[in-house]
Amino acid sequence: MHDLRPITALGADARREDAVGALTLTERPDIALASVAARLGREGEARDRLRAVIGAVPGPGEVQLHDPEAGFWIGPDQWMVGAPFDTHEDLAARLKARFGDTASITEQTDAWTCFDLRGAEVEDALELLCNLDVRRMETGSARPTVIHHLRCFVTRRDPPDWFRVVGPRASADTLHHAILDAMRSVA
Amino acid sequence: MLIDHPLLGPRDASEFVYLGDASLIDRPDWQADDAARAFHDYAYLRDNPAGPHRELWFHEGGDRSWLVVTRDTTTHEITDVRLARDVALERRRSS
Amino acid sequence: MNTHSRIDPASVPDPKQSNRLAGGRVDHSTVLTFSFDGKRYRGHPGDTLASALLANGVRLMGRSFKYHRPRGPLTAGSEEPNALVELRTGARREPNTRATTIELYDGLTARSQNAWPSLKLDAMAVNDRLSPFLTAGFYYKTFMWPAAFWEKLYEPVIRRAAGLGSLSGRPDPDDYDKGFRHCDLLVIGAGPAGLLAALTAGRAGADVILADEDFTPGGRLLSERFVIDDGAADGWAARTVAELASLPNVRLMPRSTVIGAFDHGVYGVVERVSDHLPEPLPGKPRQILWRVTAKRAILAAGATERPIAFDDNDRPGIMMASALRTYANRYAATPAGRVAVFTCNDDGHRTAADLHAKGVRIAAVIDTRDDAPRSPDYEVLRGAQVAGTRGRLGLTFVTVRQADGTERVLEVGALGMAGGWNPNVHLTCHQRGRPVWNDRLAAFVPGALPPGMAVAGAANGALSTHGALSQGAETAIAACADLGRPTNAAPLPKAEDAPVTQTPFWHVTGCKRAWLDQQNDVTVKDVTLAHQEGFRAVEHLKRYTTLGMATDQGKTSNMAGLAIMAELTAKTIPGVGTTMFRPPYTPVPIATFAGRIKGRAFHPTRLTPSHHWAKERGAVFVEVGDWMRAQYFPREGETHWRQSVDREVTATRNGVGVCDCTTLGKIDVQGTDAASFLNLVYANGFAKLAVGRVRYGLMLREDGIAMDDGTAARMADDHFVVTTTTANAGRVFRHMEFVRQCLVPEMDVQLISTTEAWAQYAVAGPNSRDLLRRVVDPDIDLSNDAFPFMACAEVTVCGSLRARLFRISFSGELAYELAVPARYGDAMMRRLMDVGADLGVTPYGTEALGVMRIEKGHAAGNELNGTTTAANLGLGRMVSKKKDAIGSVLSERGGMNEPDDLRLIGLCPVDADARITAGGHLMARDGPVDAKHDQGYVTSAALSPTLGHMVGLAFLKRGADRMGERMRLVSPLTDLTVEVEVCSPHFVDPEGGRQRA
Repeated sequence: MHDLRPITALGADARREDAVGALTLTERPDIALASVAARLGREGEARDRLRAVIGAVPGPGEVQLHDPEAGFWIGPDQWMVGAPFDTHEDLAARLKARFGDTASITEQTDAWTCFDLRGAEVEDALELLCNLDVRRMETGSARPTVIHHLRCFVTRRDPPDWFRVVGPRASADTLHHAILDAMRSVA
Repeated sequence: MLIDHPLLGPRDASEFVYLGDASLIDRPDWQADDAARAFHDYAYLRDNPAGPHRELWFHEGGDRSWLVVTRDTTTHEITDVRLARDVALERRRSS
Repeated sequence: MNTHSRIDPASVPDPKQSNRLAGGRVDHSTVLTFSFDGKRYRGHPGDTLASALLANGVRLMGRSFKYHRPRGPLTAGSEEPNALVELRTGARREPNTRATTIELYDGLTARSQNAWPSLKLDAMAVNDRLSPFLTAGFYYKTFMWPAAFWEKLYEPVIRRAAGLGSLSGRPDPDDYDKGFRHCDLLVIGAGPAGLLAALTAGRAGADVILADEDFTPGGRLLSERFVIDDGAADGWAARTVAELASLPNVRLMPRSTVIGAFDHGVYGVVERVSDHLPEPLPGKPRQILWRVTAKRAILAAGATERPIAFDDNDRPGIMMASALRTYANRYAATPAGRVAVFTCNDDGHRTAADLHAKGVRIAAVIDTRDDAPRSPDYEVLRGAQVAGTRGRLGLTFVTVRQADGTERVLEVGALGMAGGWNPNVHLTCHQRGRPVWNDRLAAFVPGALPPGMAVAGAANGALSTHGALSQGAETAIAACADLGRPTNAAPLPKAEDAPVTQTPFWHVTGCKRAWLDQQNDVTVKDVTLAHQEGFRAVEHLKRYTTLGMATDQGKTSNMAGLAIMAELTAKTIPGVGTTMFRPPYTPVPIATFAGRIKGRAFHPTRLTPSHHWAKERGAVFVEVGDWMRAQYFPREGETHWRQSVDREVTATRNGVGVCDCTTLGKIDVQGTDAASFLNLVYANGFAKLAVGRVRYGLMLREDGIAMDDGTAARMADDHFVVTTTTANAGRVFRHMEFVRQCLVPEMDVQLISTTEAWAQYAVAGPNSRDLLRRVVDPDIDLSNDAFPFMACAEVTVCGSLRARLFRISFSGELAYELAVPARYGDAMMRRLMDVGADLGVTPYGTEALGVMRIEKGHAAGNELNGTTTAANLGLGRMVSKKKDAIGSVLSERGGMNEPDDLRLIGLCPVDADARITAGGHLMARDGPVDAKHDQGYVTSAALSPTLGHMVGLAFLKRGADRMGERMRLVSPLTDLTVEVEVCSPHFVDPEGGRQRA
């Protein structure tokens, strides 16, 4: 076992938690991610294997909330699969074994930073952040969007006052700052 | 402006990056006798229609699909949006 | 003045406010104090600044733009041209705010503007006396010559004299948000049409947003004494608003102005969240710029009353008749105890009746019509016109020319003008729609509409309350049907339905100074002059006279200007045409457009995995695109950046250095056709690259110009890791996706960016292998044979952490790039520093990186500058002719392959102490120094600590054949002339032995 100590995207040992009024924002460094892109001509097989891993094949705009692996659509024949980091740090290697040569798997864990935004005014806060019709997003919705010039994915979870924002890791500070501003505006 | 993404529905134009005339899909054959002339035309010549225009947009802030958008340059009316990949595959089959 | 007998503390006027009436929608039981021009006044919740000042007997509120004429409010709404004030003090001071829309709050402070030393004694009012010289086109004619005087003399003087309010000059302390809302139906305006439209659609279950610029919804219903069903109309409005507020699918947005209608149902809405407060609550924005995406929209923006032009029609106290009504009925205020009304239609009589009912004395109604209706309550002067007015700082007398030609003088403090109503068509025109003329109304009504928009009520020319209600309901029912929510018409509330015909009467003829545009001081005569001088087209008229170019965009003046031009040209008004209405509908602070995009949040910041460590080390950072990169790491005692950089270069070349190169773009390329794909994307070949090997790659644009360079490492048969330059990472990814999706959709290849996933460190210098041996797990053989130059592998480090190792060199030294998952990057860097101390490990930044690549002659952004070809870069032989590659065909064309083409070369100064500067140009040693004799230019220059003098990279004509030639380097910009010698660009280790060691 190696002895290198990880830091979060916000640069700390422990995850950052913020609360403004009834809204909470929680950094989620405990999620491993890997992308799955079906190989040309192997889309059917890749979908079958994805279904076997996360229980369904999310279509455009969808997330499949499932344990321990979950996944959302990120592009045509392309998905992002997530799982608990503690047990699945090697998620990409595991998926490679599951998908074989039906899909291209790429480790994405540290390409992204995840924030959970929760609370009654969560829709109001998101309205200040991204051009999504968040009120019409139901649990299980996953949308690519742009927050403060950053390409992000916003998913609505269960219960529905819980959204997850997945954005570029290197800009975690910027994203965190933008979300906090929005929280203060509406809380 | 909104672009009705074939997979994701209407999306704000600010999520996209514009490239230009969709004729860029029709890249000439590098081994043809007139390749130099054909590539010259491909790289430099564009129609500039006042009216419907087929153009390439990249969903940079989204699913990274290239789209062929048919947009009226005089009204911004968008009459058709397709995945560029589908357009490219069709043109291959028909040529 | 109070004629009410019922005693209600909330409606009893405050005796300290001389012109305060009873009743209205202000809360008389609560007193707010405020100050205007340093004097304190009292007002009430529900007041605007203008209504409160009028209630206090203040009519004079500002000075006009050009002549500094004393002016009072002309209107009671956002169309106001005159009553512009500076609101608040200190950093929050905001110029040009309309007193007619400023919601009164306790402690409000406002000052008049464009007046010195005081509003009552304005020195610049001398302009008014000079007015014969300051007519239309004055600036154009007077300041034409000499041209050089414009910038130095005329403009500063004019700018000082003109202009309205002034900015605080301090940073705005408040925040502004941007937001995005989506709805089925956006209803614009909360008058009777908008309220009923929203209610109809809301009851049908549609997602509705109702936006209204006022702080209280209701529109004109708040200002009139109308009855709806069997009660007061404002009560109906309040009940309707309450029902709307109870519907979860309806969102009410008061204090929200729809400023623009954009393509595809996108509307700009400015919500004034905190403008009615002394300052925003903590964390809250002052305003929000909403982008509302609506499937359907109903424009119910009402109408604007139009004035009548007559001599001296701009004195404080002269205002729209409807404004008098608004002030009396809604705000319980009147500009004077005795007023007259000048009208050409029945609406003016409504003002007289309402004011009379409020106890205001009506001196007379002056009606241009011979058949004007009579009243038992006040005198009506039929067939009469206003001939002139008096009163220096406020109206005192009105001279009336009666039907029989005699004149009569009325002593009044206020005069209402009722010239008819113009539908507010502005938003229908934001996408090039043109309004159409309606003869019955003698006004423009909406023409072709933006897709998805309908218009209801007064904005559509339906000027009765019944008309507004019925159109509101009809348009909502139609919108619901379009939205797939069919709904039936509910019984319409009963309301007045007086037939509306408007007789146009634009101006009294034969005037000397009759004002049209009161903010920009444009008179009837100015329009005549524009006509005489040939500026007859409506857009020319506007620009020549500045009619309608002020902050109110001519809402109360444009129509009369058109009408007068129509008379002069013997055309109809629609024949003259209209100017284009453009967003924003009302002025918007720049801060609102900026939103949060300011200061440190101006653009997103990207931090490298070693950022926090570098900060601890005291690194100096540089912005590279959005990235913050360590530029150099100063040590104690180093007083100049070059000391640090020289040290970092020397330590790397002699020992080992570490640099964070995470910022280079990384693209994961997988698929069975990955190699063929890269073969197409890169000019040089990749098909035969062995697994475990890296190759330098050059990407061309299709026109043959170099686009980017980088490396591709083959991790497996079907897996490459491609790197790009930092600057081009996004562009290259987009280009590769274009090639993949549009050019070779039949290839099996998948792309995804991994730039941020991996912390990547360059470990460079003769000791780099030794250093790596201390972190790379021992089962991996790093010997030169097992892991030679341009090798790559997936490895483990520090006891099993997955990592990638590439033996590539940008510095020219024995070098590696080591990548670990980004979260471990901080620890990895610290580990390298710890375990390499005895090897002299030294962190280096972008400056040292740049020096070493220049010493090595590697091209970078300065050389890949969008004009250079592979041949220019000396890489012509890399462009394979045996395969198809983007840009290869056009790279061979004539004009890009001439004998005297530029070639990348190196430059050394002949005098070792001399300076070489990027941007300098190369000339022959003797001969003229001019563009014609230009031989090439320097792209990069650095002081080489390795060689002890400056070195440069340059593009030189026939450069490859001119080694050893001496030339003159000139930089007129920095006044530099240096003798230089042409040499190979590879200054250090030209044979490349070090990187292969």
